[in-house]
Amino acid sequence: MKNAVQKINNLTIGFQSQKGEQISILKNISTSINQGETVGIVGESGSGKSTLALAMMGYVKQGLFTISGECMFHSNNLLEMSNKELENIRGRKIAMIPQNAGQSLTPNLKIGYQIDEALRLHTDLKQSERDEKISELLNKVRLPSPETMAQRYPHELSGGQQQRVAVAMALAGSPELLLLDEPTTGLDVTTQAHVLELLNLIAKDTGTSMVYVSHDLGAIAQVSDRVIVMYSGEIVLDGPVRSILKNPIHPYTFGLLKSIPKLTSPGLPNSMSGSQPQPGSIKNGCSFYERCEFADDNCKANSPILEFIENLNTSVRCFKHNELLNLNKSDSQYVKSIKNKILKNEILDLSNVSISYAKQKFLEQLLNKINDDNPTVKDININIDKGETLALVGESGSGKSTILKSIAGLLKTKDGNIKFDKDKILSNDLRQRDSTFLRAIQLIFQNPDESLNPNHTVEEIISQPLRLYFGLKGQDLKEKIIEVLDKVRLGEFYLTRYPRQLSGGEKQRVAVARAFAAKPDIILCDEVTSALDVSVQAAVLNLLQELKEDFGTTYIFVSHDLAVVRAISDRVAVLYQGRLCEIGPSKNVYKFPSHPYTEVLLGAVLEPDPDIKPKLVAEDIVEEKPPENGCSFQGRCPRILGDICKNEVPPWQTCENGNSIRCHIKMDDLKSQQISN
Amino acid sequence: MIIKYEKQKNTFQKIYEVIKTMASKPSGLIGLIILSFHVLLAITSPLYVPYDYKAIDPTLMLNPPSSEFWFGTDSLGRDVFTRTILGGRTALTVTFFGSLIALLWGGSLGIFCGLVGGKIDDIVMRIIDAFLSIPWILAMLLIVSLLGTTTLVLIPALGFFYGKGIVRVARAATHDVIAKDFIVSARARGHSNLSIIWNEILPNVRDAIMVEGAMRWSWMLLGFSSLSFLGFGVSPPTPDWGLMISNARGLMSFAYWAVLAPIFGLSSLIIGINLTADAFAKALGIDRSTKAPV
Repeated sequence: MKNAVQKINNLTIGFQSQKGEQISILKNISTSINQGETVGIVGESGSGKSTLALAMMGYVKQGLFTISGECMFHSNNLLEMSNKELENIRGRKIAMIPQNAGQSLTPNLKIGYQIDEALRLHTDLKQSERDEKISELLNKVRLPSPETMAQRYPHELSGGQQQRVAVAMALAGSPELLLLDEPTTGLDVTTQAHVLELLNLIAKDTGTSMVYVSHDLGAIAQVSDRVIVMYSGEIVLDGPVRSILKNPIHPYTFGLLKSIPKLTSPGLPNSMSGSQPQPGSIKNGCSFYERCEFADDNCKANSPILEFIENLNTSVRCFKHNELLNLNKSDSQYVKSIKNKILKNEILDLSNVSISYAKQKFLEQLLNKINDDNPTVKDININIDKGETLALVGESGSGKSTILKSIAGLLKTKDGNIKFDKDKILSNDLRQRDSTFLRAIQLIFQNPDESLNPNHTVEEIISQPLRLYFGLKGQDLKEKIIEVLDKVRLGEFYLTRYPRQLSGGEKQRVAVARAFAAKPDIILCDEVTSALDVSVQAAVLNLLQELKEDFGTTYIFVSHDLAVVRAISDRVAVLYQGRLCEIGPSKNVYKFPSHPYTEVLLGAVLEPDPDIKPKLVAEDIVEEKPPENGCSFQGRCPRILGDICKNEVPPWQTCENGNSIRCHIKMDDLKSQQISN
Repeated sequence: MIIKYEKQKNTFQKIYEVIKTMASKPSGLIGLIILSFHVLLAITSPLYVPYDYKAIDPTLMLNPPSSEFWFGTDSLGRDVFTRTILGGRTALTVTFFGSLIALLWGGSLGIFCGLVGGKIDDIVMRIIDAFLSIPWILAMLLIVSLLGTTTLVLIPALGFFYGKGIVRVARAATHDVIAKDFIVSARARGHSNLSIIWNEILPNVRDAIMVEGAMRWSWMLLGFSSLSFLGFGVSPPTPDWGLMISNARGLMSFAYWAVLAPIFGLSSLIIGINLTADAFAKALGIDRSTKAPV
């Protein structure tokens, strides 16, 4: 048995409701973190994972208080210590890395100064020793040229670099325990893979224990030795990463894993019904009862306890774990393949579209022209057939949302035009567009909290397009709203509710309903699932697919999540710096990633399986602007040929299975290079 | 899943809810009591004043408070108590309608500028800035001396000068909302600007503008009383606090009561409105300690 760094015994944290009841957010948590171990804590939003991580630092959020239990760091109970005593532990013994490094670094202080501050607080080093230590720390987190880096301000670094600085600051006090709260959630796929690799290296080098809190099972699988699954404030599963992700013996984990789209198994994943119970709403029985496919009457009446299973080295809170253990998991991995009726009938045609964010000069405004040789988006040629789902993928800054906006008329194009239904050119100016075109193209946004007016009821929200496009009123309007709501599986009683009274999934359904109320031909989906929990994400994807099959709507689906795109799209267009790199049928793009950028992107995808490691083939550099000449990917390309890539725009090559790529390297050469790696 | 939903309320229930929340804190309760007392007094006082407010009696000049004249008498022998309880009527009416006008034009222009942005916004805001740099009381004096001191001049003039600040608040609140996706969504659907303002923006900025308006009311009251004090507000013999203070201040050393009574009336009303406005803001979820008006 290894030494436990931290031991949590029967910890219950809760708040007092207005009626004076004590409601627990965390219920009877007992676990321990061993030396040198990386523990992943996973759960959906509201499961109490962040509250637990904060309690591990001896911090309880305002409004919450410890009802019972203790949080032992060596032999001290952190929850009973005074602030003065905690100061000596925080940073020196236990350090935390926050979710958004960009916001947690002070913008007007240099990186070096901020690390120096941490060193001054948490170590007894002298000035000259500290300077050396800063370089050492920056080296440790693999930041290039530490001396110049220390002189920079946070805004001069990319997101991944900022996160590395946050790691360096946390390491300054050489802590025994490192708490990470969703440290890679806001980062691009390739950057995320690099940061996770760094964390693995640091864990190995320093022997620091780590607690990694995340909703992303893919990231958890890459870094953790042990995984704790939380649901509704309880630990439901606690054991070695392989046993938990490969053969989960708790129905919640099982369902969660099923609802994640994977690159290895295309098609739409299963969704889990329902959502997490509100704190305090469950008095008796298992908290997962409502959503469990294995539950029986016993589960409703009695609460299961956390049971330790010797031969799996796993603790589980379920009566039915034996049933799950012997279940053949691969059979039940049910995925629905998508069948879209695609008519060979062009509905949208982007030809030579370029979009520039450059500010127009006065003369240019008069002539209604933009002079920008290096626009954000350039030379986009895509034809979209009626009924298909086209996905635009790429990292942040690849111009995918920009293209969506200009299709919707929210951004003017610089050159080229967008044709609707073969020959009708869509005007650049939203106000000059015909209302039938406006109706035909609808948008669904990433975050339903922002896209639904908080002061409107569901009825008012959905009535907007109906009144505008069809002029419906009174009883007709109400009937139509109910009909639309019914299509997205929301009942009539939702009519009078405000968005704040709905769960995340329900809100996104309302947003979908609003888009479909206009009877559109094309729906533009802008990262529609990235603000949602995985189980909800699967439900929304399934809903979108069903509606599409019913109405024959065309989707243009923008996402950074390649697994989601794999699940829902017929065709994929890969973008880098506003230029198309590759376009082709999904199954071919994912099977033979021929463009070097596609290869890099797919290599960095994290699967929820500890045995599938990401392949890191390129540096995670972030480029501010597209290069002026040559190939857009020249700065990061692992297979760069030389001057030709820097000076000449690569030609399109089409291979027999329908993929087109834009690269100087011959397709066959690329394929053989990728296989030999 | 069990979520207890709040029952949907109609407008009256919502107003009742807001007032209940306001009254739940001592400061809000005190503010509400003071304000309603003043409003009640202003409405009903003509029914029960003990004396005629304009009855001059040289034999009763500057009598100290007594059982007969509760607050004493002034230099013309008029009853100070009668004049004090009548003195808030004009001020309250003028400033109430003045703030309504300020709210209307300031709010609409602010929302419009926030939504449209660009050149129009720049030009309008610079004009507003220019007006903000002129001491309002000088401009007011000019207007009043040209057009006279009737309420029909005072209400729009005060409304104009106190609406400038509301333009800025409304514009800032609109800017907060305008970046949200539901506005983008409405634009992409092709709604007109007017429909976007009415349906999408107004419900989200209404609260901020209303609180600002309530705050302006108390400032305007002070401004109006200053005008009366300078002799440009209410004309004598109509009782008015500002005017009463102005008339009695020379005799303050030996007839303190004639000054003290109107001062008490004015300051208690302003405190009442301020406390109520603060409680109103808190009840609507706007924290004025972090979001200061521009």
